[in-house]
Amino acid sequence: MTSAAQSAARANPILRLGKSVQGALFRYAGLRGYILFSPTLLVLVGAMCIPVGMLVIYSFWTQKYIEIDTTLTLANYLQIFNKTSYMLLIGKSILISTAVTTATVVLAYPIAYFIAFRVHQHKIVWLILITVPFWTSYLLRVFSWKVILGYNGVINSALKWLGIVDQPLAFLLHNPTAVIITLAHAWAPIAILPIFVSLEKIDRSLLEAATDLGDGPVARFLRVTLPLSIPGVVAASMLVFIPTVGDYITPQLVGGPDGLMVGNLMHAMFFKANNWPLGSALAILSAAAITVTSLAIWFLTKHARERAK
Amino acid sequence: MNLLANLRRPDGLLGYSILYLIFLYVPVLFLPLFSFNDSIYITFPLSGFTTQWYEKMIESEVLLNALGNSVKVAACVSVISTILGTLAARAFTRYRFAGRKPMLGLLVLPLVVPGIILGIALLIMMNWAGIELSLVTIGAAHVLIATPFATFVMISRLEGFDANLEEASRDLGESGWTTFWRVTFPLAYPGIVASLLLTFTESFDEFILAFFLAGNEATLPLYIWSQLRFPKTLPVVLALGACILLASFIVITFAEWVRRRGVKPVESDS
Amino acid sequence: MSNKPDFVSIGDVSKHFGSVRAVDGVSLDIAQGEFFALLGPSGCGKTTLLRILGGFEAPNSGNVHIDGADMTLQPPNRRPVNMVFQNYAIFPHLNVRENIGYGLRKEGLSKQQIAERVDEALATVKLEGLGGRGATEVSGGQRQRVALARALVKHPKVLLLDEPLSALDKNLREQMRVELRALQQQVGITFIFVTHDQEEALSMADRIAVMFDGKVRQVDTPEHLYETPRSKDVAAFIGSMNFIDATVEGADGDALIVDAGPVGRIRAGLPADGAPAAGTTVIVGIRPEKLILADSPPGEGANSIRARLTAASYLGERSHYFLQVDGLAEPLSIARQNTQAQLLHEADAGSELWLTWSPASGIVLPAAG
Repeated sequence: MTSAAQSAARANPILRLGKSVQGALFRYAGLRGYILFSPTLLVLVGAMCIPVGMLVIYSFWTQKYIEIDTTLTLANYLQIFNKTSYMLLIGKSILISTAVTTATVVLAYPIAYFIAFRVHQHKIVWLILITVPFWTSYLLRVFSWKVILGYNGVINSALKWLGIVDQPLAFLLHNPTAVIITLAHAWAPIAILPIFVSLEKIDRSLLEAATDLGDGPVARFLRVTLPLSIPGVVAASMLVFIPTVGDYITPQLVGGPDGLMVGNLMHAMFFKANNWPLGSALAILSAAAITVTSLAIWFLTKHARERAK
Repeated sequence: MNLLANLRRPDGLLGYSILYLIFLYVPVLFLPLFSFNDSIYITFPLSGFTTQWYEKMIESEVLLNALGNSVKVAACVSVISTILGTLAARAFTRYRFAGRKPMLGLLVLPLVVPGIILGIALLIMMNWAGIELSLVTIGAAHVLIATPFATFVMISRLEGFDANLEEASRDLGESGWTTFWRVTFPLAYPGIVASLLLTFTESFDEFILAFFLAGNEATLPLYIWSQLRFPKTLPVVLALGACILLASFIVITFAEWVRRRGVKPVESDS
Repeated sequence: MSNKPDFVSIGDVSKHFGSVRAVDGVSLDIAQGEFFALLGPSGCGKTTLLRILGGFEAPNSGNVHIDGADMTLQPPNRRPVNMVFQNYAIFPHLNVRENIGYGLRKEGLSKQQIAERVDEALATVKLEGLGGRGATEVSGGQRQRVALARALVKHPKVLLLDEPLSALDKNLREQMRVELRALQQQVGITFIFVTHDQEEALSMADRIAVMFDGKVRQVDTPEHLYETPRSKDVAAFIGSMNFIDATVEGADGDALIVDAGPVGRIRAGLPADGAPAAGTTVIVGIRPEKLILADSPPGEGANSIRARLTAASYLGERSHYFLQVDGLAEPLSIARQNTQAQLLHEADAGSELWLTWSPASGIVLPAAG
């Protein structure tokens, strides 16, 4: 800065303010971080935090015919607790998602392992092949299972055509198993990536050290590779478990009456029963159940890891 | 090296992985397969080849309208979320500030919170604020879920970015703004392209938020959903699904390729 | 050293990162045209100080003046200073010419003039003909030259170099020391460079500032730094040294008489700032190459002591020996050129020898630090 500019800055308060802001940004680099993040934060607050906050408030209000009574009350929650079918539905949703998560993670681990350790030249190709289905239409991926498992669907018509069965197998579609298979397929790609990342990060010399110290392949896997990849497994579990509990499309398309989940009930509360406060309470309770289960999984794996040491 | 050589011996893992890919891809391949089948029933044996479902698809006014809506929403969403995501990614990769970790946690939430809960919450807020449901409300919801994706795509691009490059530019006399255009942008470019394409697809294919927040105008997934109940129109949906899958596949493959390839910042090898 | 002794003036600069005082009250004046080194172990704050000069960090207190102008809070693009980064920071999306010409766009030059300046810079760093190469297609040594050219083409008042040779392999490093020094003489620009390598600093710099824990401990020419370090830390960091605890007894002409315990009464060099009072505890430092091995006691005037050989290591052009003096905690280390004298081997361990040294070789250092 020349001395002329300096005296100009001294004379003009706006310029001086500008200079001091510039100085502050220079001295405290963190401030620039906040400024860059603030538009995104605004979106997160405006489109997530505030709406979810209102959802919580709504759950303490009550529907009186077409009016909404804004006195705070636990009535909705009590109603859900007292209605066994609602509680069972939440429980069933958690169970279905747990089954989906287990299947997805167990199936994903070997392929993540394969890409991390066995693929040397075409890793990118494999990774792209894995990620592409994740980005393509979820609705269509679920729908394709309705086509496959349906009463007149791919499997049944193929079996009939081949003369293996006379009558279509009705048990393929419209049950919890169909929901589990469909969800496991739809969420498969997302489970692979976190496990792959945690496996890829493992320092290869650790494996050589384990071999050098006398471990065979199996012992080495159990004592080194698996424990070090647990963070990836936990992340994958969360990424599959949390969103699937509230899934709406899959149970609606392939679940049938037996395969319905809590997401369908929430939808019904909003669009059929027109009881938004009760639907909100149901959403909050589901979220609470998800959180508790997730924390339980997290603590269990942590505990298992401590003990394995 | 010996260890790796041992690992390379043929075993079941490769076979398993190929089976896994088949499991991943084959179910959706039935959509294009039956979209060319000359029957309104989705059953074996195939009865004959036809392109009539595709012709019907192109003739459908409602469908094309929904397609237009989806493209409009997705285009806006991809631009907005990529800008937001790029700024946020830069904040996270370049600056250390208090609350960095919690902010990242907050950013993950839209990705994991069940879509239906976000949909309900947004519906309540829109209702309370008296905002009429329209393509705009769908777009707003899509920005919420696309921005975290854009941010993570950009973080992975900017992470290996050598901060010295920008400092070198500043040192050579460029201001922060010109440094952005001369150094940062050219190097971040593949990430930006990937982010635009991925968030576009994300919004284009999104169903549940749109389901809760749609006004009178439908997006393509909503149109598909509404058609699933009618067996007669199912083959047209299959044709549409096949087109969407093919387009998504091409766009995503391209985006992923750009994202994972591209110019990587040079490492200083000695 | 031409005019302006305070061309670059650092006034009581401090920089904290959280609770860490990276730079702690440093004041330095660097003359115009000087080749100046900031030397210290890693984490001593030398790089932070360099980045404060470049404008990449703002000091928490203190100020920086360059050629009389206050630069303390100026961003890097408004400073007449350019930097060669440790990893060179060559723009990967530009070729060599574009990298070198990068900073000239803002100078209002014509395309023709820019091309001339770039050619000139390419010639200065001996990279003629490589201008069209991509940034990823040149070797490590060439990348360093590109970084140098890119900075020098701006004709800065001061060139900053962050560990300029650390990314090169050993042979290239030694060659570049000579070249950098010659380049600096040729362009006449003030060079300030950071290094942790004492040999690098000694061989290139006009003056060296030695830093520990964010503080400058001594600023001197290479020769003074080696011959008359002012503290034990500096003495130990620059080369190696034997340290013997002693108590001052008095001065005798140009020598200081000290009682060195097990080594007995010895004569040491008189410190520049005069003899310490009798009874002061001091440390006498002696460089390994200044200790002489002898079979018989030396003549009058020199110090001498009987010692027992404990270890010998052969290093080609010289050997290192370790001799134990009864009562000293550690053996003394002796370096001897393998020219005339007979070599000693491990097998000779246990044999008794005389050690002698001239009084001037004993450097008196303060006991604390």
